[in-house]
Amino acid sequence: MRDADRVFPNLDGTADAGLAAARRRGDWDGTRALVRRGREAIQGTIRDSGLRGRGGAGFSTGLKWSFMPKEPAPGRPHYLIVNADESEPGTCKDREILRHEPHKLIEGTLLAGVGISAHTAYIYVRGEFEAERRCLEAAIAECYAAGLLGPDACGSGHDFDIHVHRGAGAYICGEETGLIESLEGKKGFPRLKPPFPASAGLWGYPTTVNNVETIAAVPAILRRGAPWFGGIGRPQNTGTKLFCLSGHVERPCTVEAEMGIPLRELIEQYGGGVHGGWDNLLAVIPGGSSTKVLPASACDNLQMDFDGLREAGSALGTAGVIVMDRTTDIVAAIARLSHFYWHESCGQCTPCREGTGWVSRIMDRFVAGEAAPSDLDTLESVCAQIEGHTICALGDAAAWPVQGLLTHFRDELEQRVAGSSRILAA
Amino acid sequence: MPKLSIDGTEVEVADGTTVLRACEQAGVEIPRFCFHERLSIAGNCRMCLVEQVGVPKPVASCAMPVTEGMQILTQSERVQAAREGVMEFLLVNHPLDCPICDQGGECDLQDQALYYGRVRSRFREAKRAVSDKDFGPLVKTVMTRCIHCTRCVRFMDEVAGVPELGTMGRGEDMEIVAALEGCLHSELAGNVVDLCPVGALTSKPYAFAARPWELSHTESVDVLDGAGSAIRIDARDGRVLRVLPRVNEDINEEWIGDRSRHAVDGLAVRRLDQPWLQQNGAFEPVTWDVALAAVATALQDAAPERTAALAGDLVGLEGMAALADLMRQRGVASVDCRLDGGAFGSGEPASWRFNATIAGIDRADAILLVGTNPRREAPVINARIRKRWRATGIPIARIGPATDLTYPVTELGAGPDALAELARGTHPFVAELGQARHPLIVVGSGALARADGAVILGLARQVAEAADAARDDWNGFSVLQRCAARAGGLELGVVPVEGGLDSRGMVSAASEGGLDFLYLLGADEIDPEAFRGTFTVYQGHHADRGARHADVLLPAAAYTEQEATYVNTEGRPQRARPAHPPPGDARPDWKIPVALAARMGIPLPYDSLAGLWRRIEAAHPHLAEIDQLPPPAPLTSFGDAGGELDGAPFAEVVPDYYRTCPISRASATMAACARAVADA
Repeated sequence: MRDADRVFPNLDGTADAGLAAARRRGDWDGTRALVRRGREAIQGTIRDSGLRGRGGAGFSTGLKWSFMPKEPAPGRPHYLIVNADESEPGTCKDREILRHEPHKLIEGTLLAGVGISAHTAYIYVRGEFEAERRCLEAAIAECYAAGLLGPDACGSGHDFDIHVHRGAGAYICGEETGLIESLEGKKGFPRLKPPFPASAGLWGYPTTVNNVETIAAVPAILRRGAPWFGGIGRPQNTGTKLFCLSGHVERPCTVEAEMGIPLRELIEQYGGGVHGGWDNLLAVIPGGSSTKVLPASACDNLQMDFDGLREAGSALGTAGVIVMDRTTDIVAAIARLSHFYWHESCGQCTPCREGTGWVSRIMDRFVAGEAAPSDLDTLESVCAQIEGHTICALGDAAAWPVQGLLTHFRDELEQRVAGSSRILAA
Repeated sequence: MPKLSIDGTEVEVADGTTVLRACEQAGVEIPRFCFHERLSIAGNCRMCLVEQVGVPKPVASCAMPVTEGMQILTQSERVQAAREGVMEFLLVNHPLDCPICDQGGECDLQDQALYYGRVRSRFREAKRAVSDKDFGPLVKTVMTRCIHCTRCVRFMDEVAGVPELGTMGRGEDMEIVAALEGCLHSELAGNVVDLCPVGALTSKPYAFAARPWELSHTESVDVLDGAGSAIRIDARDGRVLRVLPRVNEDINEEWIGDRSRHAVDGLAVRRLDQPWLQQNGAFEPVTWDVALAAVATALQDAAPERTAALAGDLVGLEGMAALADLMRQRGVASVDCRLDGGAFGSGEPASWRFNATIAGIDRADAILLVGTNPRREAPVINARIRKRWRATGIPIARIGPATDLTYPVTELGAGPDALAELARGTHPFVAELGQARHPLIVVGSGALARADGAVILGLARQVAEAADAARDDWNGFSVLQRCAARAGGLELGVVPVEGGLDSRGMVSAASEGGLDFLYLLGADEIDPEAFRGTFTVYQGHHADRGARHADVLLPAAAYTEQEATYVNTEGRPQRARPAHPPPGDARPDWKIPVALAARMGIPLPYDSLAGLWRRIEAAHPHLAEIDQLPPPAPLTSFGDAGGELDGAPFAEVVPDYYRTCPISRASATMAACARAVADA
C-alpha cells in the first residue's frame, strides 16, 4: 500500500509522540473546522467511509453512532467510551496507538464525541498498560494546555472533556457492557442486552463504546474524505487496518496494511516469512485468540478482511495473527487458549462459568494423551452448549478456538486419546 | 399492546411485558432459576432461553421485552437442547447430595432436572467444593450447592435494603459471600432461604428436622407483629416445625419477618400445659376443676370496682370477647386491651387503624413517620415503604429516634415538639406533605403509648388534615399497631367503661392495694411487680412475665393451636387456624372464660365458637368479614380534649426485634439472633 495512505505513520514509534511532533504529522490540523461540520456531517462521512469497528465484531461505526438519540434529552448527557482494554491474546495494536500516536486517538475522541453529541469521554485503559497510560495522559495534558480539549475545545464552541480510567486486568472488562459496569465502580459483569448502551449505557445514559483503532482512524477519514477510505480494500471491507503478527514469524510486528491483504503477503512482506519458509506453516489464528484456527491449506489465498475470513470459516476479529509452524503442538496451543478463557470467565452466567473450565480440563487431558474416546464428542457438544447461550460473547470466544481445532485438526485430537498411539503404531 | 406468537398461538400483551411473562400469560411454562418476579432481572442462569424466529441465538426470555410481531418458540429442538445444556452445566458442579439436603423434595433444580437432565453424567472431572459461609443463626449455607443465581444478593440489596451479600471471585471461583460473617443485619434475612432455588441456603433451625412430604400444611396468619402476614404453618406430630410466608399482595407480598418465621421453636418450650395453683408460696399442678373453682371463688369475692381484666398482645378476638362478656356480666368496668397504655379515641376506628392500608403505601407520595420504627415493628411494612421509595424516591421524614430504616429519612426531631411545629404549619416539611396527592402519616406506639399520647394523636390528626390527607378517596392518617391483638381489642371495645380503670390506672391502683382480683389474658408486656398483692389469674400459653406473680395459671392454646380471629393494623379481620391441638390440658382461649362463667352461674349467650362468632358479628358486622378491609372510617375529632405535652423524646418501642412476646422470648433461635446482632 502507498505510504501516503497510512493513517498511523508513527506506528513504530520512530518519531516523537508529543503534540509538536504529532502536529507535524498532520494531527490537530483544522480540527476546529472538522468539529464545526457538526454531528450529522461527521456521522455521514464515517458511515459513507464504510468504517467497521476494529474491536473485533466489525459492526458499522456510522450505524452504531446513529443509534444514539438525535439530541441529548435534558439531564441525560451522552457519553463516549473508548475501549483501550486491549486484552485479546495475540493483539497489540491499540497499545501502539496509545504510546506512539496518542494524539490521533485524542483528536478522534473529540470528533467522535461531536458525532454523537457527547461532551464527555472516558478512555478505559487496560490496567497492565502503565507506560501507555502515562503516555496518553501526558498527551491529554498537552491538549488541555493547548486549548484543544476542555471548554470550547479547539475554539469550536464544543466543550469536551476526556477522562482516563485504568482497568484492573480483567479480560471481561473489554466487553463493552462489562466495561461500563467496571467504569461505574462495579464488578465487570456484562449486562443483558437490550437495553443497548446507546439507550442506557454509562450511569443509564446514552453511550457509545468504540475501540481505540476505530476512533483513531476518524480524524484521517474526516480530513481525507469517505471516498479515500472507502477506496482502500473492497466494498464492506474498506480502509487500512492494523495487523499484529506474532508467533512463528521472523519479525513479529504490528503493521498497518490495506484491508483484504492476502495473508501470505502480510506474513512475508511485513513479518519476514514463516520460520522455515511458507511450507513449514501449520496453522494460523487470524484474528486474535477467539477466532477459529485455520490450517495451512486454507492460508494460501486467504484475504484478510471481515468477509474473506468469514468465508474461510473464521473471523477477522482484532486482526491479531498468530502464526504457528510445524513444530507447534496445536492441541497444546489451543488448550492454552481454553485455559485463558476459563481463567477470564466472569462467572455470571451458567454456560460460560461451568463450561469453560470443563472444556479446559478436557483439553488438558488431550494434551497429556489421557483423553477417553468419548471426550471428543463431549468436547464438541460442550462447546456447542456454551456457544450462543451466554450473556456476552466470551462464551463464544471460548468455544470457537476449540471448534476450529475440532474442524481442522480432529486427527490430532484422535491421536491423543489414551492408548491410541499404540493402536496406530501396531 | 404488542401482539406476538408463542408456539404458533397469537397473544396480545401489555407494553413492556417480557417474553417470559407473555409465555406465562399464554399458559406456557418457562423453566427458570434466577428470575423472580419481585427481584430485578439478572438473566444469568440461562435456563429460560427460548427461540425467536429470525434471531440466530436463543434469547433469555426473562429479560427480553416483547416487540410487535415477535415469533417465539418454546418447544423447538433448539430450545430443548439449550435447556438441557444449561441443566447439564448447572449439575456438573452441583453435589449429588440430595439425600442429605434439606431442600430435597422442594428443590427447583431437582424438579427441573427431571425434565431437562441427562440420565448419566459426562463430567469426569473433580467437582468444585466451596467453603461454607456463616450467615448467622437463621441461614445455613452449603455453598458447594450454589448455582450462582444471585437471588439472595438481589433480595438483600433491593427488598431488605441491607446490602450485606455479594459475589466474590471470578468464573468458576465465584462465590456468594457476606460482608460480615456471623449475622445478616436484616429482619427479613430468612426470606433468602425461600428464594434460594437449591439447597445452598436452607433454614438453620429447621436443619434435618423433616422432609416436606411429612409435614401437614395449615394456612394461617402471623400474630407476632401487627401486620397480619399470611403464613403457612408446617407441623408434624403435634409440633410446629417451620413457618413459611404465603402470598398476600395486600399485606406481606411474599415476605415475612424473621421473628414471625423463626420464633416458633419457642412454642415447644416453657409451655403452660396444665393448670397451676399457688399454694403456700409454690405452684402446685391442679386439675381444671380445682383451678376454675379457685378463680370463681376469688372473682365472686371481689367487689366489681376492685376487679379488673387485661388482654395482652397475642390474643384473638374470641378470647377477648368472652372475657369481656364475663366481666361485663359481673359489672366490672375496668377492662382494657391497651396493655402499653396507647391513647386511641374511644369508639373512633380511624384513630387506631392503618387507614391508608398497607397496599396503599404503593400510592403514597410523601411519608411522615411519627414515633415509629417500622423496620422493627413490622418489617414487611417497612419493606413496602422501601419498595415505594426505590420506585419513586418519595420524601420520607420522621419524628423519633434516628435509626437506619433502609431508606433515607429526613429527621425532623426526637419528640412531640417537632410534631407540634408541623401542626402549627411552620415546618418546611408541611409543604412537602401538602403538595403530595397521597400523603401518608404513620403514627406508632412510640408516640401514643405515653401519658400525653392523646394530645399527640390529636396533633398528628391535625397534621393529616392540614395536608388534606383524609379525603373520600384516600385516608393517609395511619396508625401502625405493633402487636396483633390491639386493633381487634379496640374494634371489640375492650376498653374501660364509665368509671373503670385503664391499664395505667390498674397498675397504680394495684400497687396501692386498690385491686382484689385481676385477670390477665395473655398479658405479659407489663411489669407484674405491681400485681404482687392482688389475686391474679394468668391465662396464657407460656410461663412468662404475666405468670410471675399470678395465683392461678390457666393453660391456653397458642395461635398455632386454635381457631382465632386477629384484626391487623388495617382493621382487617383474618383467621388463624390450628396446625395441631394444644399441648396437654391447654384449651382454646375463648373456652376458659366461658367455662368460668358457667361455673359461676353467669349466663353467657353462647357455648360454642359458632355462637361466639354470631355474637361478635351481631355487635360488629365488619369483624365477620374475614380477610376484608373494614368500611372506611372518617377522621373524627379525636385528640381534641387537650392536655399538656411532655417534651420527652419518643421511645423506641421494640428495642430488641427478636424478643417481643412470650413465644419469641422462649425461642432459642431468637436468643441466638439477638446474641449474633449484639456480637456483630
